[in-house]
Amino acid sequence: MADATAGTDPKPKTGSTADLVRASLARRNRKQSTLQVLGIGAMSFAFLMLFILVASLVSSGYQAFTQTHITLEVFIDPEEVPLERLPRGGFDDVIEASLSSVLEDADPNDRATMRALGSLLSNGAQFKLRDRVVEDPDLIGQTVTMTVPVSDPYDQLHKGLIDRETPEQFRRLKNFEIAWFDQLVAMEAISKPLNTGLISNPDSRFPELAGLKGALVGSFWALSVCFAISFPLGIGAAIYLEEFAPKNKFSDFVEVNINNLAAVPSVVFGLLALAVFIGWFGLPRSAPFVGGMTLALMTMPTIIIATRAALKAVPPSIREAALGVGASRHQVVFGHVLPLAMPGILTGTIIGLAQALGETAPLLLIGMNAFITSAPSGPLESATALPTQIFIWADSPERGFASRTSAAILVLLGFLITMNAVSIYLRNRFERSW
Amino acid sequence: MATTVFLALLCVSILGYSLNRQAAARMRANGTKLHSVPGYHGLYSLLSTIVPVVVLIVLWLALQGPTIDRFTMSGLPAGSLDELETGGRQLILAEIKSISRGRVFGNPEAWKVDAADRYVWMHAVAGWMLFGVVIVASLGIVGFARSRVAADFRARHGVERITSGLMLFCSTIAIFTTLGIIAALLFESIRFFERVPITEFFLGLNWEPQIPLREDQVAAEGAFGWIPVFLGTLVITVVALFLAVPVGLLSAIYLNEFATPRLRAVAKPVLEILAGVPTVVYGFFAILVVAPAIRSFGATLGIPVSPNAALAAGSVMGIMLIPFISSFTDDALSAVPKSLRDGALALGATRAETVLNVLFPAAIPGIVGGILLAISRAIGETMIVVMAAGLIASLTINPLDSVTTVTVQIVTLLVGDTSFDNPKTLAAFALGMMLFIVTLVINVFALRIVRKYREAYE
Amino acid sequence: MMNDMGNVGRDSAASEIKIQARGVQVFYGETQAIKDVSVDILDKSVTAFIGPSGCGKSTFLRCLNRMNDTIDIARVEGDIHIDGDDIHAPGIDPVQLRAKVGMVFQKPNPFPKSIYDNIAYGPRIHGLARNKAELDEIVERSLRRGAIWDEVKHRLHEPGTGLSGGQQQRLCIARAVATEPEVLLMDEPCSALDPIATAQVEDLIDELRQSYSVVIVTHSMQQAARVSQRTAFFHLGSLVEYRETGQIFTNPEDPRTESYITGRIG
Repeated sequence: MADATAGTDPKPKTGSTADLVRASLARRNRKQSTLQVLGIGAMSFAFLMLFILVASLVSSGYQAFTQTHITLEVFIDPEEVPLERLPRGGFDDVIEASLSSVLEDADPNDRATMRALGSLLSNGAQFKLRDRVVEDPDLIGQTVTMTVPVSDPYDQLHKGLIDRETPEQFRRLKNFEIAWFDQLVAMEAISKPLNTGLISNPDSRFPELAGLKGALVGSFWALSVCFAISFPLGIGAAIYLEEFAPKNKFSDFVEVNINNLAAVPSVVFGLLALAVFIGWFGLPRSAPFVGGMTLALMTMPTIIIATRAALKAVPPSIREAALGVGASRHQVVFGHVLPLAMPGILTGTIIGLAQALGETAPLLLIGMNAFITSAPSGPLESATALPTQIFIWADSPERGFASRTSAAILVLLGFLITMNAVSIYLRNRFERSW
Repeated sequence: MATTVFLALLCVSILGYSLNRQAAARMRANGTKLHSVPGYHGLYSLLSTIVPVVVLIVLWLALQGPTIDRFTMSGLPAGSLDELETGGRQLILAEIKSISRGRVFGNPEAWKVDAADRYVWMHAVAGWMLFGVVIVASLGIVGFARSRVAADFRARHGVERITSGLMLFCSTIAIFTTLGIIAALLFESIRFFERVPITEFFLGLNWEPQIPLREDQVAAEGAFGWIPVFLGTLVITVVALFLAVPVGLLSAIYLNEFATPRLRAVAKPVLEILAGVPTVVYGFFAILVVAPAIRSFGATLGIPVSPNAALAAGSVMGIMLIPFISSFTDDALSAVPKSLRDGALALGATRAETVLNVLFPAAIPGIVGGILLAISRAIGETMIVVMAAGLIASLTINPLDSVTTVTVQIVTLLVGDTSFDNPKTLAAFALGMMLFIVTLVINVFALRIVRKYREAYE
Repeated sequence: MMNDMGNVGRDSAASEIKIQARGVQVFYGETQAIKDVSVDILDKSVTAFIGPSGCGKSTFLRCLNRMNDTIDIARVEGDIHIDGDDIHAPGIDPVQLRAKVGMVFQKPNPFPKSIYDNIAYGPRIHGLARNKAELDEIVERSLRRGAIWDEVKHRLHEPGTGLSGGQQQRLCIARAVATEPEVLLMDEPCSALDPIATAQVEDLIDELRQSYSVVIVTHSMQQAARVSQRTAFFHLGSLVEYRETGQIFTNPEDPRTESYITGRIG
């Protein structure tokens, strides 16, 4: 520091500090770069995981959005399907007969061959035919054209998921079955249209028939119940706590409770629902109504916290202005503050409902993972929900369910993204900064 | 029936609203000076009708089912329920109910069909009784409210008292929920500890929750020691934290200090997406991608990896927790006053030094709170482990082995089983009780730290 | 700075130019906060920046140690030379610059560490001490220069946040001088302090003038008159007038300066 030349030199360069700093710079900048590289690495890891997650779901799920169908000319033999026995009849036999008539090496008299032919089509084909004949009995004795799903192994084959190079004994389809299918392909009887059944069919044991209708309707009822309960109760609680509650032990206790409930594991809510709603109140198992009530208890803290934040964001000047013209506190809150806070409240509610839509564990405990082959017609009927349906399918051994699970997840994620997009839109469209 | 009753109530209360409103409006038209505007007189009638009658309907509906069930069972011919356990009785009740809905399987005994008929009749009668009670009660209240319309009647105050009461009730729901959880868990756990000694549960090293199929089948009596189950939970939690804490902290530091605003604008929503993915999806991801990847990686190294390795479930849980930890860290770092950052930078600290030496230590309480909440989440997380972890409890801390967790056991013990009177299903509630206590303690502690920290910088 | 050449006279004309700014402009996004400011700041003297709030005096101060770099939307144009070196030259690391140009802020901002660690932080990161003894010596010297040594010498390891406001600010000044800077920037250092603490800090500033070139932003004209040798008046982002303090307060040239010091704008 003591720089003897300071007086004479027009630009006194002090020595030690600057030199020491300069000397340390390289090392310190290296440390900074290391931290930055680690940070980028950590973030890339998170991004990569999200990418792999989405990519693996899409790559295994996109196949389920199409379904291999076969178009057949079926002669409805009056001998197999007599008019007087309807709705019973040998509908499977007439379908098998029609298949054997178009396929070269299928012997209609060999029972094993016929059984193998029958398994080419989805199990639902005969019921589809039956429904048509029951509706219009004049079809008996005529030839009808029908397009029905093929069974899962053939669907897998057509989608290239069964390797023809695999030795026959390890393959789900034998050589002659593949040969049949190739003949049908050559006859242009095979098509692969969009799989509308994924949305419009209820669940089924057969992957080619299984759809999400029951789960979608079940989730709809559960979310409706959840909304109907949690929205008014949540807003009421939030308004009370934010605008009216005196600062005392009671309101502190309520607040602590709300914050803790928001962090209680979801499976505990399932236990609560099982013991209280089903065990003590005797409500039905597997019902979306019970599921919705359970989800409402879990969603309420989210709505309360979001509503309080939205109410807090309304500036005091609005309240003072309304109070100043003689409005009561209730009139101020319900007439001025609440409408202004509504966008924020709706945003929080939608986010809460999106979380509820993906919630699985409590629904498992109240039995919303039952195998139900029809969509519920009301909130008290047994049903599954979208996430529990995913869980059921993920547990199913059939190959066809693997891609359907991914497809169902994509449907679920689609709903979640839509809901979040709506909430972001609401936030950007209506949120004002004071 | 319930819909009809509610509709009737709605009609009556709207009638009350318009009666009161018109009466008040007439008074005002005659030149009387009213305390409250006519709308409040109407609202007063509406609310004072709806609120008590809805409470009445809900109570009625809640009690109707169990009461009718009891009448149905007690009305059965003598001897038909002899020597039946609760499970058997429940089965008979379920059969009667399903007959009453028209779903008949096989040929039920005549007394069951009779019981079903009575069941249907009682429901119909109860429905009509409810309808009558609701109509009488609501009309009575409407009449009373109409009689109160007067110039000096403070209808607005009445309305505000009712809404205040309603809102107070709403805010107590949180307390009731907590009480409900505690009561349900405590009640069922006590029944569990009547069957299994409390010491076995807390100190036992074996978890084999089988139940005897017959009364005399002593050999199949299960073992209910929760230690291996809890150990499995800890193993998976530790694996998850090993992944989530460094990745979450580093990405938060990077986003907070080094990232350009544009990268922040992209990265934060991406992390939010990661946080919004339902856990059942992560569970499927674990069995579809992560577990096979870990297994084949283990195979190339020649290390045997269990198909349900704790490592797979734990690392997927870690991925789930990354956004959680990073957003808590980001908030905590952002809450450090800007003046401290400026102070460090003005001394010539590099940005890395500013973060590591000044901001990070100042934010530690907030970050620790966040990590504690993440731990509580990992312990309570269910779907990932139900799908990707094992079912067999083993006393191991090797993450390559299969372990089970508290939540997995709760789900497997309860899914598909309806009766509440064997130690197997009750064990789930005992485990739930422990889960609730452990997470509650962590949460209370963590929330307190986070709140203290926020106060310190406000 | 042990020789007496630098502070021979309060006559600033004899001092050398420490900081030379030419055509400095600062933009926050689209808005221009500083318009074409050129100023020479002398060594071993106190220069005060005064002006109404929002006039850009603090923004300009933050240009001198490139603290505006830390604000994403801020953009600085123009040349600033310290000791003839361009502070925006590509080879200059802001870290190096800030070690040389210390800063004290409006609100005392001690780190949530002990008093000792607060002072030792700068020397530690810059590697100014080779051992514990040297560090102890730097800490003591800095605290003495900060005129706070006697008050804290027995509690060096207690947290710095536990001190009173005035003590905290003197601690921050001591922290700033611990890295042996050549320029000390002070951004309204007394605005959060009571009159007694303000007087202590002002005395300290007068002391510091012996060794440093001190630039102080203040909105108190009395303070500027008390502590500074030269004063610059900023208004709406422009430098209106820059002269010796005595002259600017008794005989302002620009009508805007006169309006301000007589209390008509502010």
